[in-house]
Formats: sequence, structure tokens, C-alpha cells
Amino acid sequence: MSNLKYRLGIILALSLLSVYALYPRDVKSRQRRADGTFYDTTTRRVPLRKGLDLSGGMHLALDVDESKGAVANKSEAIDRALKVVRTRIEGMGVSETVIQKAGNDRILVDIPGIEDRERAIKIAQDQAFLQFQITDKTNALEKALPRLDALARERGLADVASTGAKPAENTTGLSGLLTGTDTVKAAGGAASDSTKKDTASIPGVTGGAISKMILAGQMPGQFLYDIANQDKLKSFFADSAVQAALPPGKVVKFGSDSTLIQNKTYRFLYLLDARPIMSGEHLTDAKPSTSPLEGTVVEFQLDNEGGRRFQRETGKHVGDYMAIVLDDIVMGFPPVINSAIGTRGQITMGQGRDLQNAQDLALVLKAGALPVPLKVAEVRNIGPSLGRDSINNAFTAGAIAIVLIVIIMLVFYRFSGFLAIAGLALYVLYTLATLAGFDAVLTLPGLAGFVLSIGIAVDANVLIFERIREELDRGKTVRTAIDEGFFHARSAIIDSNVTTILTAAVLYQYGSGPVKGFAVTLIAGIVASMITSMFVVRTFFLLWLNRSRGTQTLSI
Amino acid sequence: MLRIFHGTNYDFIKPWRIAVGLTVAFIAIGLIYLGIHGINRSIEFTGGTLMQLEFTQPPNVGDIRATVDAAGFPNSEIQQFGSPREFTVRAAGHTAAEGAAVENTAKEIQAALEGKFGASNLKVVRTEIVGPRVGEELTRNAVIAILLSLVVTMIYLAIRFEWRFGVAAVIATGHDLLSTLAFLAIMRLEVSLTVIAALLTVIGYSLNDTIIIFDRVREDLKKNRTDSLYTVLNKSINETLPRSVLTHVTVAAATLSLLLFAGEVIRPFSWIMLFGIVTGTFSSIYIAGPVLLWIERRWPRARSDKNLASRAAAKDAPRSGPRTPVASSR
Repeated sequence: MSNLKYRLGIILALSLLSVYALYPRDVKSRQRRADGTFYDTTTRRVPLRKGLDLSGGMHLALDVDESKGAVANKSEAIDRALKVVRTRIEGMGVSETVIQKAGNDRILVDIPGIEDRERAIKIAQDQAFLQFQITDKTNALEKALPRLDALARERGLADVASTGAKPAENTTGLSGLLTGTDTVKAAGGAASDSTKKDTASIPGVTGGAISKMILAGQMPGQFLYDIANQDKLKSFFADSAVQAALPPGKVVKFGSDSTLIQNKTYRFLYLLDARPIMSGEHLTDAKPSTSPLEGTVVEFQLDNEGGRRFQRETGKHVGDYMAIVLDDIVMGFPPVINSAIGTRGQITMGQGRDLQNAQDLALVLKAGALPVPLKVAEVRNIGPSLGRDSINNAFTAGAIAIVLIVIIMLVFYRFSGFLAIAGLALYVLYTLATLAGFDAVLTLPGLAGFVLSIGIAVDANVLIFERIREELDRGKTVRTAIDEGFFHARSAIIDSNVTTILTAAVLYQYGSGPVKGFAVTLIAGIVASMITSMFVVRTFFLLWLNRSRGTQTLSI
Repeated sequence: MLRIFHGTNYDFIKPWRIAVGLTVAFIAIGLIYLGIHGINRSIEFTGGTLMQLEFTQPPNVGDIRATVDAAGFPNSEIQQFGSPREFTVRAAGHTAAEGAAVENTAKEIQAALEGKFGASNLKVVRTEIVGPRVGEELTRNAVIAILLSLVVTMIYLAIRFEWRFGVAAVIATGHDLLSTLAFLAIMRLEVSLTVIAALLTVIGYSLNDTIIIFDRVREDLKKNRTDSLYTVLNKSINETLPRSVLTHVTVAAATLSLLLFAGEVIRPFSWIMLFGIVTGTFSSIYIAGPVLLWIERRWPRARSDKNLASRAAAKDAPRSGPRTPVASSR
């Protein structure tokens, strides 16, 4: 009797613990308002985390990008990159993000509930390498044009935008238009003084492909090209032979903005001094802002050392144009340096960029540059509606499976079947509680594994009941038959379950994402099933034996 | 008391030739399919882009194909996914060669389709983009996982039972792996991570079933030291038959409910599980038993079980493979 009390006490304690583990509790999360500020909210929910395939959201795997040169110590670089990525993603204001390192060279980012795939990728991946470079004022590109044209001819490059018949007319017409357009006044307002020279066609036009494709802009070192030629120009200037042919100490960078002239879209490219006067490592703060004159801007602040250096360098370049280069792209229009600049500055986002873009840029700048470039290795994006459907489907399937199992058990084992079902109810409770306790993630394969494991959990009961029946057949009393049945079934139950646990453990070790979730569910389910079948159901039998003393028949 | 298959005395080992013949034929057909079509691997393994689209109206598949082709992704696979309003587009990574910007494929396809069907008429509910390197790792990990789980199980069984049982159980499970692969090939199911998980569950389930029978053999061998292994095996399979039937019916019921109601995403998983229950049951009886007999005859047991082993060996020795005795001695 005391033994029985002890057993019932353990079951009660386990059940209470499980209910406690599953009891809905308050979860604090950080949310972002539409205007970009943060607030904390608390929501009440069951502490079982839904995987991305159920909640909807995005999974992102980032690898070190070694296409632009090998990275020496990848593992250490990834550790540093992880911190940067974490700061950025958490700054987006989505709750329950998981950012972790996988292996030695990969970062995994899980963002539940996000719908804008492109934005999240951009925020995580942008290297945010900020540089300030002075635009070329020596007409170096014009001088290098014959060489570039020769290289272009070797590569069979041809201008697709302007047909060969009237290139000259097109060029001069454009130059005339340029000074008159509004975009130039607004964006390049500072440039107005020096635009007088060079607005005509580039001197020394040899008729080569490159000379035809690019036109001089309004400031030294700025050029325009037709957007249709973009891919060609980008691959042309990425060529190492072409880079070698550029004037020494100069680099070509493409601009972020475009302009519309005569219904044709033109973009900008710049020739810059290769040596940056300053880089983003000294940046201490960045915040988005709008100004009526320049549209959306990001204001930044430099630390003291950066400020001193910036002041010294800009002092040397008064009257020059300073390109703000972020990840190899020239942001907005390079402003003219009117006087030495101290610790504060701003980046013009250019037209067509809304406040969200500025917020994201400020976030990325503040978190710092990535120590290594990252490339996207894997993206999984599940819409929230699909996640909801999956949950509903899994619950329907689970409910039907449970009903079928209950019917089968009751038909075959009657009263004992009823005891087994009571055990199964506790099994479900314990399994869910274990999952919550280990902070496991509930995925769709995990739910499927759970439904399956309910079926398998019945197996232990079936083994025991069949054994009891055999013992009863041998003419043993009910009490002995039950004891013997549980005793003899034990080795089979343990051996078969341990092998399954071993398989699941291997799955956990080598699986990824949803498969890991499946393995955890399977292990939790098997352990719970061993406890319920061998301990809980046995206690139920003992309880029944105690209540009905002297019973000679067992409904099994 | 409702009882099924109670007190049976079937000779399960006797028709082992027929059973092995059937399963070898099935596996052979599967391998031929595999040879012709190859494994239908999911983008997790091949790399590329998969988009699941939900349209407001059932669209014309030809239109989708033409649009995706025109967007610069010829040879993309377009498949209906569940309801006639849902489709998946699977594009091989054209960007793999360039090595950069894998994420652009989805963007371009979405833009092209929105241009054709109107942005409000379709919704991208799922996108999966996998770079080429990820697939290699996954394939390697999947193979390691399967082999390792077999080795670990064999070691565990060798400790708990003895090595003969371990080897027999693992060979039976290897058979299940092959026949499930054959089933995969014949059904043209897509091998994804989830399917690998299902495959490993089948391994676990089949082992589980074999062990239940072997556990009974272990027990019966201790009890009836005079009987041949052949007799004991048959007796044990018969004794565990009610349990086998009931458990398999229950698990099959759960799996069937998954197959029918749990949705399209999990369907390949459910198919594999359902087939795994069948092949797992089959192999525990018709593969594990005969293999155990065969091993026992090649490497008879020494020590106290000598009597039993030599009897089994003497009976079955002349032929290759477990023989069918005229009558089982009980």
C-alpha cells in the first residue's frame, strides 16, 4: 500500500511539473513601431516554440565569401561577424530571433514572422564598409580612354543603348540637357560652380565602345551611362586587366542613383582616388533623418580620433568632391567640401529611398562593418498562411490518429485498454512538457514524428498486455500474471526503445533544421513512452488490484 | 476477450525462398527505375530555388512555364502542389556559375510572374534558396547518419544480445533501406531532408520490430535448450504475432491519418513511413530470421549452447541457406 502511495505521488509530481512547464506565461518581446522606435510588449503564451515552418518566417545561412580573396582565420572571423549580424538583426525589432554559428564557417539566422525576404537578407549581408574617397579631378579617365577602348574591342564589347548611327548627336544633346534638369540642381547643388567645364563630350573621343558608353557628368570624376549598359560596364571594370589599365592610384566605383533624361534612365559611375581619407571604423552613431533639401539622409557621428583625422584630411581637400562609398557603391551625390569637417557628417540616400532604407542603413552602420564579406548559402522563407495551414493539418491528422488508436485499444483490451489510454494521455502531457523544458522547437516533421510516436507508444502497452494474456493462459492468478507480464515485457521494451533513441541521437547530431526538431521530438516521445507504459500503467493496474481485492478476472 | 492470431503455429521460415525472391525482385525493379530516372533530389541537395505559389484562380500551367522560361530560367520544374491553385516552381541555380547572388533568382521569377498574372493574383507562400555547397554537406551528413546509426545499433545489440543477433538485425534493416529506396524510386518521391528523417525512422521502427522478436528468441532459447534454433525462431514469431499485428495496425492507422490529413508538405514523409511499416514487419520475420539461422550455421555458437547450435547445424548443414525441416519438433 505504501508502495502504491509512493508511485501515485511520483505520477502526481511528474504531472504537476509537466503542467507547470506547459502553463502559459508572459513573454517579453521587443517590437518596432512604424516610425522606427522600440517598445517592449508582453504576450501570454504556451512555452512551446514553433519552428519557422509553422510560425512562418525566414531561415538564412551565411557563409564567408571567399570569391574576393581567401580569409585566413575563418572561424575567428565568423565569431566577429556573428556579433555584428546579431546586433543588426536584433535592431530590426523582431522578437525571438535565433542567430548562431554552425560549424566553423557559417552563421544561421532564424527570424520568425518576417515577410520581407530581401530586406532581411540585405541587413544581414551588407558589409557596411564605409569609406570616404575624393573624386578624381585630373581627367584621368579621359586620358585612359584609348587604352580602355582597345581593351573593350578585344573583348568585343559594344554599346547596346545608342545605335552607331547617331552617337555624337546623342552625346551633345545629353550634355545640354543635363545642366537644365532639376535632379542635378537638387542633388548636386554644391557642384554648380565647377560644372562648366567637362559637360561637353569627353575630349579625345576615339569612337571606341567605352567612350560611347560613358558621358562626362557635372563634377570632376563623375560619369553617366545608360542603364542598359550596366551589366556590361560592371563586368568590364571588374576585369583585372581593365583595372590594371586604369590610371595609377585611381579606382572606378558605381553610384547608387539614377537620373532620367529624355525618357532614358542613366546611372553614375565615378573615378576616385584609391586611398580613402577615412573609413567607417571610427563611426560611433548613426541615425536616419529627413531634410527638405536632400530628402532622406543618415546623420553620423565620429569618435574623437576619427574626428581629428577627418578634419585634417578634409582640410586638405577644400573645394574637392568627397564620395561616400558604402560597400563599393557611391551613395547619393558626392558633396563638395566647403571647409574642414569635424565629427559630424551625413550620407544622402538619394531619391527613391524611403525612411525605412535610411533606418536600415543607420542600423547597419551603427552595428559596424562585417569583418569578412558574407554570401547567402541558403534561404528558406515560409509565409505565415502556409505555417497556419501546416499546424491545422497536423492537428487534424493528430486528432484522427488519436481517435483511431483509442478505438483500437478499447476494442481489443477493454478495461485494460482504458488504463492504457489514461497512460497515453499522460504520455502526451509528459512529451510536450519535456519539449517545453528543453526549449525544443516544434516543426512540421516534429509534429509528424509526434503523431507517429503516439502510435509507437501504444506498442509498449500492447507488448505488456499480450504478455499478461499469455501468463493468464498458463493459469496464473491475475496478480501474478500482471507482475510477470510487466517483468517479461521489460527487456523487449528497453532494448527496442534504446536502439530507436540511438538512431534518433545520430539524426540529431547530423541533421539540420527541421530534422533536428524531429529527432528531439522522437527522443522525448520514447522516454515518455517508456515511463508511462512501464511505470504509470503498472501503477494503474496496482491501484485497480487494490480496489477490487479478490477479483479473479481481468478485462484484457 | 477479443484475440487475433492467438496460439498460431505457422511455419514462417519455410517459405523464405519465396519471400526473398519477392523482395529481391522488388528491389531490382526499384534499382532499374533508379538507373533510368535517377534520384529525384530536392533543392536542399541539388541547390537552386524553390517557390511555392498560391494563385487566386487556377492558372494555366503552360502560362507559368512560359513566363518562367522567358524570365531566363528554362528547364525549371513546375508542379501542382496539392490544390489546383497551388504550384511549385523549381529553378536550377543559374547563378551557381557566377557564384554570387543566389537570392536574385526568386526575386526575378516573382517579378516575372507578377507581371504576367498581376501582383494581387498570386502569393509566394514559401521560398527556399539553397547554394550549391549546402547540398554536398547534406548528402555527406545523410550518408554518415544512416551508416553511423546502423553501426551504433549493431554494437548495442552485440552487447545486449550477441553479435549474431546484431548482424542479423542490421542486415534485415539494410534490406529495409534498400526496399524503401526502391519504393522511393518507383513512386518518384522527392528525396528531401524530411524524407531522410523518415528513412531513419523506418530504420528505427524496423530494428524495434526485429528486436521484439529476437528478445523472445533469447528468452525461448534459455527455456528450451533442446529445440533447434529453427523451431525456436518459428515459435517466437508465432508467440509475438498478436503483438506484431496489433502494433502495426495502430501505427499504420496513425501514419495513414498523416498521409491523408497532414497536408502536401509532409506527404512524402508519410508515404515512406507507411511503406516502412510494411517492409519493417516483413523483414523482421522473413529476413532477420533466415539470416540469423544462416549465421548460426556458418559460425556456430560455442560454450553451453553447443548442443543447440550443433543440432541446428547438423540439420541444416548440407544446403546453403536455412533448410525446411519436415516437421518442427515441439
